[in-house]
This record gives sequence, structure tokens and C-alpha cells, in this order.
Amino acid sequence: MQVSNTESTTYNDGVVRQFSIMAVVWGVVGMLVGVIIAAQLVWPELNLGLPWTSFGRLRPLHTNAVIFAFGGCTLFATSYYVVQRTCHTTLFLPQLAKFTFWGWQAVILAAAISLPLGFTQGKEYAELEWPIDILITLVWVAYAVVFFGTIGTRKVKHIYVANWFFGAFIITVALLHLVNSAAMPASMMKSYSAYAGVQDAMVQWWYGHNAVGFFLTAGFLGIMYYFVPKQADRPVYSYSLSIVHFWALIFTYMWAGPHHLHYTALPDWTQSLGMAFSLVLLAPSWGGMINGMMTLSGAWHKLRTDPVLRFMIVSLSFYGMSTFEGPMMAIKTVNALSHYTDWTVGHVHSGALGWVGLVSMGAIYYMIPRLFGQKQMYSIKAIELHFWLATVGIVLYIAALWISGVMEGLMWRAINIDGTLTYTFVESVKAKHPYYIIRLLGGLLYLSGMIIMLWNVLKTATSGKAAVATIPPVAAHA
Amino acid sequence: MDINTLRILATVASFIVFIGIIVWAWQRRKTSDFKDAANLPFTND
Repeated sequence: MQVSNTESTTYNDGVVRQFSIMAVVWGVVGMLVGVIIAAQLVWPELNLGLPWTSFGRLRPLHTNAVIFAFGGCTLFATSYYVVQRTCHTTLFLPQLAKFTFWGWQAVILAAAISLPLGFTQGKEYAELEWPIDILITLVWVAYAVVFFGTIGTRKVKHIYVANWFFGAFIITVALLHLVNSAAMPASMMKSYSAYAGVQDAMVQWWYGHNAVGFFLTAGFLGIMYYFVPKQADRPVYSYSLSIVHFWALIFTYMWAGPHHLHYTALPDWTQSLGMAFSLVLLAPSWGGMINGMMTLSGAWHKLRTDPVLRFMIVSLSFYGMSTFEGPMMAIKTVNALSHYTDWTVGHVHSGALGWVGLVSMGAIYYMIPRLFGQKQMYSIKAIELHFWLATVGIVLYIAALWISGVMEGLMWRAINIDGTLTYTFVESVKAKHPYYIIRLLGGLLYLSGMIIMLWNVLKTATSGKAAVATIPPVAAHA
Repeated sequence: MDINTLRILATVASFIVFIGIIVWAWQRRKTSDFKDAANLPFTND
């Protein structure tokens, strides 16, 4: 059969390789900044007395780097890898796919420069100023065209469930970004939000919570639905459950944002609505977690010998833990204790380090040898070591912040018989000092695991060479 | 029509659609289709 020039017979893995390597590089950078600001909380003098290295500027640098640089590159890499292999076709518009890589790196670079210089819109996880927002929009539209174009040109009938999750993530992030970043520019690097007062707060946390729900959850569930079955070498536990999981998550997440604004100027009914939907969210979250875990049913022994599979399954345990903790903290009376304390920071990191981090690392450990024509990673021992450093690091981190969070929450609300406050604010800050040291230690362990991963990935890549994977013939799947 | 009636209708309609999805996902005649779909990641090797 004649193969025309436009019809590629191999998968386009060049852009997947680029994004995978950069995911690991940005992971190290983002986590390093996290460790630095954790150290600043223990020893404030580490801000060096300079505006560019102060906590307030480095903290958004850390969150942007780990979420959008590490997490973002991981999502680009895995979604491009998975969509081709489950659609039996190459990437739609390969030049545009290339643009998404260089465009996204430009966004990251712009963030790394502008945030320490103090340019910010002041919206959490949406700090980047309007010119960068426009670049993000262009890259994202290109991403959507490449991804949905690939699905549109698929050679199989069914659209695999992982692609549904990736697709929902791409569409929703576009919507969230456009609405929340709407602003009136005042100069090249200064703008004012299109919204005011409590509406601005609600739009921000509708964005913020759905950034968690779609950027950090739906996208990574797409990763789970492809890489857990592949690594375990058995199909997902229940395909029916995966469909219901998808729609339940989509129907519910959008409404949970108000739980970030309990006991504020936000109308009471909106707070209660947010709380109710947050509680409902437990069902789809655990449905998905169980579906992922039970994929291993009958093959549990593989966990003993396969550290990559262990990364994925332990990440699912952390997903289950943090999606139980989240709805609980969304209950208004619990939130009265937990809000504004370190408990929130601990909760976020149990999801970010435990779920998002570990599942990303598992997927990258799966892809790297295959992308570079190797049988396995350069060092399996190093993966083992990484797994234990990361796991112990997470446990130290979240346990320390649970204790310090609940402690400071209790100290803030403690009153004497005459109605005066028992503790001054600074006493609660002082009491947290030892827990901040433990948190720093946990972060250091997690970072050191990531550095080992970078070494392992680079060794694997340099001892192999770019592999070419062929697309199976159309007849294979009628 | 009152905006609240519209909101109620939208909520109830969403719920009915969701119940429909559950019923659809677990109907017996879909079993073999879903088995093929679940095996999609393995058709490359």
C-alpha cells in the first residue's frame, strides 16, 4: 500500500521527549524554591533582606513552578503520549505541537523573571500579568487544536477514558483562565481585575478550586487511567465505573469553590452550596481511586518488585487521603478551626506531593525508557531510593503541618473566662517553630528524591537514543 | 419564567441525566464494547 507523505506511520514522540525531560528539570527547580521558602519560614533572615528573594515573591514562584512548569510539562508529555497510542494515529499538526512546547517554556521563563521582580495580579495561582496571560491563551488554544485534532483523526472507534479526562482538563483550564484573568491593563506589567469585591473573590476561588479539580485532578486521572493499567499489565478494573467517575467529577467540581470563602462576605447560601458540593465530591473521588487501585486486583505481588507501580499506587492512596480530608475541611464548623492555618498547607501538599507528584513520577519513569529505546531505567535501585525518600518526605511534611495547623487553630480560638484571648498571635507563630523545621526536612527529602530522578532520567536518555514507535495498522482494530 | 424555576429545572435535569449515565454505563449489552474499550491501551503491543 502506498503511504502518502501526510499519513505518518510512526508516533510523534519528539515533543513528548522534550516535555518529559523538562518536567523533571522544572520539578527540581520548583521544589528547590519550595525548600528555600520553607527554610525562610524557619530562619526569616534567609530572605537576604532583598525584595527579589523575599517570601512574598518566591512563594508564587514556587507554586507556579511546581503546578504549571512541573505539572504542566508532565500533562503535555503524557497527554500527547497517550492520545496517540489510544487513537492509533500521530499528533495532529506537528508544527503546532512544537509551538506548544516552546510557547510553554516561554511562559515558564516569563514567570521565573516577572514574579521575583514583583509583577503580580495578586490572584493565587493566577499571578502572572496580562501579557503573559495572553501567551498562555495562545499556547492553550494550540494545545486544544493538537489534542482534539488528534482525537478527530483517530483510527479507532472508541475514545479511551484517559482522553476524556485530558480533554475535560484542557477545555476547563481554558475557560477558567479566560474568565479569572479578565483584567484592564494599566501599563505593560500592571492591570486591574475586571471584577470587584466579593465577586472578584468568588471568581478567583471558582478558578482556584477548579485549577485543583481540573489541572491537578482531571489531567492526572487521565494519567492514572492509562499508565496504571499499562504498568500493571491489566485493563482498568471497571470501565463502566470509569465513565460514571468522569461524569460525576465533571458535574460536581465546578460548584465546590465557595468553601475557600467560608465566614467571609460571600452570601451564606453560597458558602453552604460550596460545602454541600464539596461533600458530594467524596463519592467520585473515591470511586476513581478504587477503580485505579482495584486494577491491581490479582496482581498485588507486583508491588513488591516494581517500584514504578508502587509510585502509582501510593499516589492513589494519597489521592484517597486528601480527597477525604478536603470534604471534611469544607464543612463550615471544621473550617472554622482549619482555615488560615498550616492544616490547609499540609492538606494541599498531601495532594500535591502525594498524588500529583508521585503519579507524575511513575508515568515519567514508565515513558522515559520507552522514549529512548531502553528496556528499563538506567538504575532501578535509584527508583527504589527515590520512592522511599519521597514517601518519608511527604509523611514528615504533612504530619508536621497537621500538628502545627491544629495547634495554631486551637491557640487562636482559646479565650479566658473574661473573654480575652489566651494567646497573642506571635505566641502561635513561636509555637510552630519546631514543626517548620520538620516540614523543611520533609521537603529536603522530597527534593533529594527528585534530584536522583533527574540524574537517572539523564543517564537513561544519554545511554539510549530517540526511539521510533510505529502505529499499528488500521485493520488491527475494526 | 422565574429565574429560580429555571435553576430548579436545570438542577433536576442534570440529576436525571446523571442517573441516565449510570444506567447506560451498566447496561448488559454494553459489556463487550467496554471490554474492548478497556483493552485499547494494549492494542499497540
